[in-house]
Amino acid sequence: MNAIEVTGLRKSYGQVHAVRGIDLSIATGEIFALLGPNGAGKTTTVEILEGFRRRDSGDVQVLGFDPHNEGRAGREWRNRIGIVLQSTSDSGDLTVFETIDHFSGYYSNPRNVAEVINSVGLDEKAGSLIRKLSGGQRRRLDVALGIIGNPELLFLDEPTTGFDPEARRSFWALIEKLRGNGTTILLTTHYLDEAEALADRVGVINNGQIIEISTPAELGGRSTAQALVTWRDGDAMKSEATDNPTSLVKKLTAQFDGEIPELTVTRPSLEDIYLTMIGISRE
Amino acid sequence: MNKIPNAITLGIRRGGLEIRQFARQRESVVFTLLFPVILLIIFGSVFKDTIAPGVTFSQYFVAGMIASGLVNTGFQALAITIPLERDFGALKRLRGTPMPASSYFIGKVILVSVSMVIQILMLLGFGLIFFGVEMPTEINKWITFTWLLLLGSACSTSLGIAFSIVPKSGRGASAVVSPIVIILQFFSGVFLIFTQLPPWMQQIAAIFPLKWLTQGMRSVFLPDSFAGQEVAKSWENGRTFTILIAWLVIGIFFSVRKFKWDRD
Repeated sequence: MNAIEVTGLRKSYGQVHAVRGIDLSIATGEIFALLGPNGAGKTTTVEILEGFRRRDSGDVQVLGFDPHNEGRAGREWRNRIGIVLQSTSDSGDLTVFETIDHFSGYYSNPRNVAEVINSVGLDEKAGSLIRKLSGGQRRRLDVALGIIGNPELLFLDEPTTGFDPEARRSFWALIEKLRGNGTTILLTTHYLDEAEALADRVGVINNGQIIEISTPAELGGRSTAQALVTWRDGDAMKSEATDNPTSLVKKLTAQFDGEIPELTVTRPSLEDIYLTMIGISRE
Repeated sequence: MNKIPNAITLGIRRGGLEIRQFARQRESVVFTLLFPVILLIIFGSVFKDTIAPGVTFSQYFVAGMIASGLVNTGFQALAITIPLERDFGALKRLRGTPMPASSYFIGKVILVSVSMVIQILMLLGFGLIFFGVEMPTEINKWITFTWLLLLGSACSTSLGIAFSIVPKSGRGASAVVSPIVIILQFFSGVFLIFTQLPPWMQQIAAIFPLKWLTQGMRSVFLPDSFAGQEVAKSWENGRTFTILIAWLVIGIFFSVRKFKWDRD
């Protein structure tokens, strides 16, 4: 059974059509990234799945239940789900340990508090008041609170915004660990490298519609796109787009009799593909 | 798989957490718990007269401060802190967990009860030791005191939760709520003797629960001979009971039906 099953989802706020007919299936154990610019409908979609918002029409099943019915009253349903919202904070008068320990009491089968603190890299801050944490540390606390209940399904709404590169890497490692446990993860992100590093599949959403769903490697025909070969020929840089970069390089090798000056062979990055898809050209 | 903890157990745990959080916010501890005592010290030192045979102003004032203490620790504290929690996103995060809404409210009730009891003990203690405030000796008065306390704090708590939907932002909440409380305190005869207020003030105050709580507390702490000096020439405790029940119903209705977990 799929963890998430969405067909024909629609949601408007007055005249603004935030979500205009979305279909989505996410398999159990899958890590799925929803990509899209601000205002594309990512958060609205995710908040409907989380049971925070009502939809106008369409069918939604999350872990076999309709979140509209289960979201308000369904403690059993909530017990199986972890949510990391986009922006959360609090007065910060509790310590990291106290907060996570308290939240663990909400669930029937919580994970070990010390283990969770360790897995988000907050060991040294376990006894610190939350208000003394940095932005990135607070975000890691948010993630800790999302996973403390040992969820089958985890929602992560832009989890690494404001992280430094090192914190982002260790966060990715944490998600890999959750993948190992079989947790299904729905992630929204602005960061293309994050989607590429973590997701089994990505869905690109723009103007309230899904443009394409694919693996990061194949998105937008990326795996079959022409390669761009560039090199220096005397004073001039030359480049050629080709379906057969290997034979072009072979030809150049013969021509230069050895090293080809400043040779590069590139395929479009996920970012290039993504920007083309949402209608923004790079140059 | 284990069972999900029940709502009451979680509510009690939330109460403990709320108290711990409250105790770490020094400003709120000082403001909520010490401020009424400071007011008692100021008013008790300035007005040393007796306002009726055997009734000092301090005695009158302590009755009023206990009544308004119920409003401070319940209505005022909740109507200011809940919008803050909502603005922070803390409420939405709680809503996303299996914690039931009732546990959140039980936690608030525990916090209000504890801070209310501390405040009343401090007021009575200071009044007794420094201002010669006399404790009631008849059992009837203590029975009245008990139901006033229970009903008054329930009313104040439910109205605080209900009113938390009014402030548009967490930051602005204090600016909306505090003036309402202070004006009600003046109109209801907490700082001034009620019968000396202009009739229009008395009539406005009579709509709201604080005036009735204050009058009820006077029936506990003042001699029965003073009843003749009230507006209705009696303590009107029956009426107080009815009006507090009515406000409690209004508070619970709006708390249950209109409570907002999310900013928008």
